[in-house]
Amino acid sequence: MTTQPIHFYQVGSFAVGNRLLDDDGRTVQSDPNRTNSLDSGHRACQGCGEALGARYAIDAAMRASQGRLVAVNATGCLEVFSTPYPETSWRIPWLHSLFGNAPAVATGVAAALKVKGRSDVRVVAQAGDGGTVDIGFGCLSGMFERNDDVLFICYDNEAYMNTGVQRSGATPPAARTATTEAIGSEAGNAFGQGKDLPRIAMAHDIPYVATATVADLHDLEDKVERAMQVHGARYLHILVPCPLGWGSASSDTIRVARLAKETGLFPVFEAVDGKVTGVSPIRHRTPVEEYLSIQGRYAHLFGKHPRTDIIARIQAMADRNITTYGLLAEEPADIDPKGVDV
Amino acid sequence: MLRQIEGSRAVAETVALCRPEVVCAYPISPQTHIIEAIGVMVASGALAPCEFINVESEFAAMSVSIGASAAGARAYTATASQGLLFMIEAVYNAAGLGLPIVMTLANRAIGAPINIWNDHSDAMAVRDAGWIQLFAETNQEAADLHVLAFRLAEELSLPVMVCMDGFILTHAVERVDLPDQAQVDAYLPPYEPRQVLEPDDPVSIGAMVGPEAFEEVRYLAHLRQLDALERIPALATAFEEAFGRPSGGLVSPYRIEDADIVIVALGSVLGTIKDAVDARRDAGDRVGVLGITAFRPFPNDAVREALSRARSVVVVEKAFSIGFGGVLSTDVAMASHDTGCTLRTIVCGLGGRAITSRSLEQAFAAAALDELDSLTFLDLDHEIVERERTRMTTTRRSGPSAENILRDLGTVASRID
Amino acid sequence: MFQVRIHGRGGQGVVAAAEILSMAAFAEGRHAQAFPSFGSERMGAPVVSFCRIDDRPIRTHEPVMEPDALVIQDVTLIHQVELFAGLSADAYVLINTSRSFDELGLGEFARRFHRDRLLTCPATELALEHLGRPLPNAVLLGGFAALTGQITLDAIGTAVRERFPGAVGDRNMAAAAAAFRFVTLEEEEMVHASTD
Repeated sequence: MTTQPIHFYQVGSFAVGNRLLDDDGRTVQSDPNRTNSLDSGHRACQGCGEALGARYAIDAAMRASQGRLVAVNATGCLEVFSTPYPETSWRIPWLHSLFGNAPAVATGVAAALKVKGRSDVRVVAQAGDGGTVDIGFGCLSGMFERNDDVLFICYDNEAYMNTGVQRSGATPPAARTATTEAIGSEAGNAFGQGKDLPRIAMAHDIPYVATATVADLHDLEDKVERAMQVHGARYLHILVPCPLGWGSASSDTIRVARLAKETGLFPVFEAVDGKVTGVSPIRHRTPVEEYLSIQGRYAHLFGKHPRTDIIARIQAMADRNITTYGLLAEEPADIDPKGVDV
Repeated sequence: MLRQIEGSRAVAETVALCRPEVVCAYPISPQTHIIEAIGVMVASGALAPCEFINVESEFAAMSVSIGASAAGARAYTATASQGLLFMIEAVYNAAGLGLPIVMTLANRAIGAPINIWNDHSDAMAVRDAGWIQLFAETNQEAADLHVLAFRLAEELSLPVMVCMDGFILTHAVERVDLPDQAQVDAYLPPYEPRQVLEPDDPVSIGAMVGPEAFEEVRYLAHLRQLDALERIPALATAFEEAFGRPSGGLVSPYRIEDADIVIVALGSVLGTIKDAVDARRDAGDRVGVLGITAFRPFPNDAVREALSRARSVVVVEKAFSIGFGGVLSTDVAMASHDTGCTLRTIVCGLGGRAITSRSLEQAFAAAALDELDSLTFLDLDHEIVERERTRMTTTRRSGPSAENILRDLGTVASRID
Repeated sequence: MFQVRIHGRGGQGVVAAAEILSMAAFAEGRHAQAFPSFGSERMGAPVVSFCRIDDRPIRTHEPVMEPDALVIQDVTLIHQVELFAGLSADAYVLINTSRSFDELGLGEFARRFHRDRLLTCPATELALEHLGRPLPNAVLLGGFAALTGQITLDAIGTAVRERFPGAVGDRNMAAAAAAFRFVTLEEEEMVHASTD
């Protein structure tokens, strides 16, 4: 599914050096003339996955739209750290309205551009997981259902980080947050159904849905590029580790994101017209412990009295993803997500 | 052109003449006829270019309007009651961002108990949101105020809410003189945004503002509302010159020159009040009326001047602040604090309760004799209230009050008023 | 000012009737105001609408409490709703029924009014005959024109055709004209009866 044309591994890592690629194959980020849409000098924490994800995604969208882009932003970390008055890090037209209305505001922007015949200008809306799966969900579903011409990007760091790490509908089971403290026998967030927004998006039969992580730049940029090639409602869900909220080292942001994918806990796939058309296969299947143990939010699962039972439940979730999406297969399985057994 | 037309239809056709480019709608009684009619005009091509968007909530309706306005389109929406409350966060936001959205508010009560009928609780709930709020007395004025509202909004970069009484005006079929396209085009220039989302000149709109500048930003919003106090009369004069009839303005006085008693009110009840006042004039009381057209910004000076000769002021309100009393009364009291008049409040018409000229006449007659209470709930059935009060004192689980009262009243469908 | 109250049930065009009457008055250069009783009523529920007609602009927005004329589109409401509330002895009443006041149990009641101002008209039958549907609203307006003389049949025709363009308007108008003739004949008979 990725258009990445080469399949060799360098120096034992999965990184593909841009300098070994033809110009066409190089990332937007490697281009010294990239837009730098989210410019340096913003107030994000060290190692912020969201700042990284937003710059990757918006720069790619800028290239895809030849620089004709308008962004709408929900309230959240990204909004706060990028625009402390009177400064702004955005080098693109950018509008922040409220926490829960970014999809609808983007619909309005798209409608205005359409009525004015500005077909050259494209619209992205962006929000964290709270602004997407919780408070913004009604507006998002409405935007999907109407198939408005908006690319909506969720930067998922799995909790309300802006307000001090509280649980969101995207917080995974067992994770410690300020409102799901690591106390009691079922410490951390409860095991529930979860709110799987990519699949909910697919259920709207919108033309394009994809997930990505900040660990695979080529894949992320390719998905933005493909999303921008189509019109209508599109959804991109990017996993962006939060060193503060996850209790991971700032230098480990990419590593944690990669492990989320390699364990199977965060399936990376894309779907066209409501059907999964491709997955990023796991290259080295990794037990979930490796992912969990480097994050403070799961510290209560380890230590003197390790909760192997809970770790096993999380491993089962990863295994189920691997089966559901065919994450170990070389070629993507013929998947009908509507028939997926969860 | 003179038409015998439903108020909603008149507003819809007038809004269409204002060439809105994005109209967003979520249905709520009694606003529905307005957006339905605009939807038909967009679908038929009669209103073009225009994007008509059916959304999933009022919160989305105002949010779409915000996005459209920020991207440089003339944006319009309409709502009422619960819908206004559901969008209230975005209502404040539109004003804070300085986006010249025009919205019709088909005034309706707020529940619980759920009630679809008219009063002004909804408008009062957002009086501090930073929107200009204009109240229509008639359907003619409701239609005309929209033309003025778009121009005012865009001149000042502030959103304007045109309040018209739900059902009483929206569903009333009356004579309305509708302007033609050329007249409206001559009065209302194309929208030239003060700020716009434009790739050629990127700006960040909606940045976070801390304590170091928030008060200044808010004060600026206040100053721009005060600017509206200058612009509203000027635009009303320009409107009269362009359309040949007066409409809008800050206040509308009626027989106040020699009035001892001035009745102050908002909206369609002014018509009924004028009939009652004429009757009291015939009976010898020197009574006049002051209609407030611009509720926000509140025309302090114009109100003080109009009330300066009155001995007594009676504010007739279709809303009240529970636990206190009149809402408009508070503003009127502030405006007239140094004129030496006594101020009384009549709360009436809540949840669509008919306001009859008979009851008003009695109240005004009592006011002339200084026998009107400082806070009067017109036509309130005290006995019903007492019965429920007794139930509540004698029984812990007395049950839901609204249902108890309805049971006491018997079949309501059989009553005319 | 002439004030009219129209009673019927949801689906019978009660609101449209007041609207058409106001449009007819407008067509004659008069001021008129029509409005419904604003219920969130469903099909079949009792519905009230109002119409005021005057030579001057109408300012009041209160409901019609003391009507000069009452039009009752659905006779089954008679014992359910206070149809006659606020009615003066000079008022006009037009009831959609093929039965007499005595048959309706209103014989005693009717004697409180001018006999020639209380009439029945089989509007549903006329509607079925001309429209093929039991919609009595426009039909009764023809009867109303004949009964009250407040509006001409021509003006009703103008308004009906504006509200229902095309064949539907024509058929409604034919039914209204039939009702006009029916009521006119009734009145004439009554005059004969009183002179005999």
